[in-house]
Amino acid sequence: MAAELMRGQNHPLSRNRIEIRISADVPVVAGVTLADENGQVRGADRVAHPGSPALPGIEVSRQAAAEHRLAVDLGTVSAAVHRVSVLIALPTTPGGLLRFGAVAAPRAAVVGLDGTEVAGYTLTGLDAESAVVALELYRRQGAWKIRAVGQGYAEGLTALFTDQGLPEAAELAGGIEEAVARGMARSVPAGTTQTDRSRRTAASVAGPDLPGTAPAADSAYDARTSPAASGTPAAAQGSTPTGGPVDYTHPKRHQASPPTAPAAPAPAEGPASPVAGDAVGWSMDERLYNQVWGMFEDLARSTAAYRSAVDFAESRMEKELDQVLSDPRNRLGATGDAARDAARARQAQLADQARAALDRDLAQLTAESEVVEPALPPAYARWDNPVWHGYRVPTEPPMAVRLGDLHLPESAPLRIPMLVRLPLERGLWIDSGLAPTADGAFPDAGELRHLALQTAVALAARLLAAHPAGEFGVQVIDPAGAGASALAPLMGAGVLTAPPATGAAGVAEALGRLTERVDLVQMAVRGGASDALPPGLDTSRQLLIVNDFPHGFDDRAVTQLRYLADEGPDAGVHLLLVADREDAVAYGPLLDPLWRSLMRLTPVADDHLADPWVGHAWTYEPCLAPAGSHVLQQVLTQVAIARTKRM
Amino acid sequence: MSVNMTKGQAISLEKKDGGSLSAVRMGLGWKAAPRRGLFGSRTREIDLDASAVLFADKQPVDVVFFRHLVSDDGSVRHTGDNLVGGAGQGGDDEAILVDLARIPVHIDQIVFTVNSFTGQTFQEVQNAFCRLVDETNGQELARYTLDGGGEYTAQIMAKVHRSGPGWTMTALGVPAKGRTFQDLVPTILPVL
Repeated sequence: MAAELMRGQNHPLSRNRIEIRISADVPVVAGVTLADENGQVRGADRVAHPGSPALPGIEVSRQAAAEHRLAVDLGTVSAAVHRVSVLIALPTTPGGLLRFGAVAAPRAAVVGLDGTEVAGYTLTGLDAESAVVALELYRRQGAWKIRAVGQGYAEGLTALFTDQGLPEAAELAGGIEEAVARGMARSVPAGTTQTDRSRRTAASVAGPDLPGTAPAADSAYDARTSPAASGTPAAAQGSTPTGGPVDYTHPKRHQASPPTAPAAPAPAEGPASPVAGDAVGWSMDERLYNQVWGMFEDLARSTAAYRSAVDFAESRMEKELDQVLSDPRNRLGATGDAARDAARARQAQLADQARAALDRDLAQLTAESEVVEPALPPAYARWDNPVWHGYRVPTEPPMAVRLGDLHLPESAPLRIPMLVRLPLERGLWIDSGLAPTADGAFPDAGELRHLALQTAVALAARLLAAHPAGEFGVQVIDPAGAGASALAPLMGAGVLTAPPATGAAGVAEALGRLTERVDLVQMAVRGGASDALPPGLDTSRQLLIVNDFPHGFDDRAVTQLRYLADEGPDAGVHLLLVADREDAVAYGPLLDPLWRSLMRLTPVADDHLADPWVGHAWTYEPCLAPAGSHVLQQVLTQVAIARTKRM
Repeated sequence: MSVNMTKGQAISLEKKDGGSLSAVRMGLGWKAAPRRGLFGSRTREIDLDASAVLFADKQPVDVVFFRHLVSDDGSVRHTGDNLVGGAGQGGDDEAILVDLARIPVHIDQIVFTVNSFTGQTFQEVQNAFCRLVDETNGQELARYTLDGGGEYTAQIMAKVHRSGPGWTMTALGVPAKGRTFQDLVPTILPVL
């Protein structure tokens, strides 16, 4: 029978080998300090923390997580140790929480090796504290006892360590912060480009067995990377009474279910009703990404089948009509007409069959899209998606962002989100020139330029919002200052790293700074000394928006820009060019490699993107905030607040 | 219950209970060349390749083989090239999955072929077979042994074609010569 301890209460501990389990609503850092008989922690080597996870008899996790299992063997702990304190702290990562009062009370439990709980303690009543001693194990007359401590520190780990008499408290706290940040960087999902896998090679009739609905977020690490946990905390936290009644269920469990919370999949005949997250992946983020790419592939292939059938029907009809014509008996009279009608009827029948098959697939994909779109996290969602209203600055970047929508002529109004992996491997080019297929419906050149820059701003805002505070910066080069009105959302919210660079000198200065940064990062990486970067260097990713390229660029600046396009992405510098290729025609073929290296997007619908399976020409449409909506400003304001908090 | 098919034999892919098959797998297996050790043995690997050609009215429309693993419409998928063969114990070394319900409406026949990419004739290949499996439950529907291969390097094994609302498989077993399916198209046309 497990004891539920109150603050200050103690409990006997009859075994030496135990596990201490910590569960919290958000990722936390867990550590252990070892104190002598006077309650003093003698040095940093008496502290187990993510940067130094193992001490004799003690082992803690290497990273921040919502659930921890610390291994403790009191028999192995040095005889000089009289007190083992278990501490929890909120990581000071950008965008992270700064006080325990903002989340549900964490819980610490002492568990035997057989899984039975010896004693547990829920740390209620915390408020401004960001570090807390949860439990201590202490020697009393040759035996160990457990005490529920709950001593919190608003000034964080530094204060906690100082209180325990540790001389180098601040350095140690800094080291832990660094180790946690490294751990977070490691846990960003690795590149699994499994986009062309079959989602339903053979099982279309059996119905999907829905791996996506399995609570794969059982482990703390999954829960942490799941957008369900990080993307919708507004609702979750709003309803979580801080320090309220004790909730003994795992705080993460209910968040592991997909946001649309579908009932159990009906294993009925016919196509099962679609479910968001119905794809493989380690996190909801990844599952939705894979699902969207699966829908993309299905639509590409389904349309390929349709087009192939219609082409065939057409060519067969023509062949048959030719045969009718070449037979002199058919030149006149009813037999010829009948043969022609028969050929046309055969064509129409096959085309109808093909359309029916396509319509069946479109209906299925549309139904899937209707459940998937509302379930998308902000980075994947259109600006009109309500998820943006509950937007919170994330603690880690998502797998991908939505660059726009894709559709085929046959598939309208179904739109497939165009998701591209982060970090961006290629620069982006918003084409402000008139598309060659202009049918007169396009806005005039000035309007198009404005629209192109608006598209760029919406993309920049999305990228800013997708990254934790301070991990992504945006700089603007607007040589003639022509883009002030379109840039207003970025300028107004104050999220730009610096005011837009104007004039030739501004261009040279901005490019020079980024080039130097790419050089330094490259040198450090090649030399294998990435920690040897100058301390003042801002290591966050940078997006450089260049408006009206090549206006205001001299040859040297063009060369630098090409260098940034080639080498930037690996060094964390990304380009977003707003340009009309016609304007750069004076450079001749010199710039061809630059244009080729960028992904071309358009401010208006344009069919220029090919899928990787069949190569259809897909129509791209940018994602813009709905007219009259303030969602962009609201989101950018949040980004700006999170950033100043971090400063 | 598996049927051992003979040349020219046709079986309907209708299920006994009246339902029709939704997905089938065409498996190909053969025994790898014997090994005498790894060094200096110059084992002459046997590389057989399974291919599927999709026809509409006797016109080849699409093909699935080791360089194009998925038909454009996604209904036929090759699981990947096996370059050396297997144990020869009856397991599939290469497989082609067919989602019958998703085959485009104008495709009326799918022809499965085997080629010896490395040039050995079927006389030199042991325990080669092809078989058709109901992919939804793993049951073997039909098996066709590539025996009596003679001096041939390719075989047109079977075709799956529309008959009424469902599909029928016919074992063909027509010998041919060729390195890849392209060499076989003239031989395939007469059997459509």
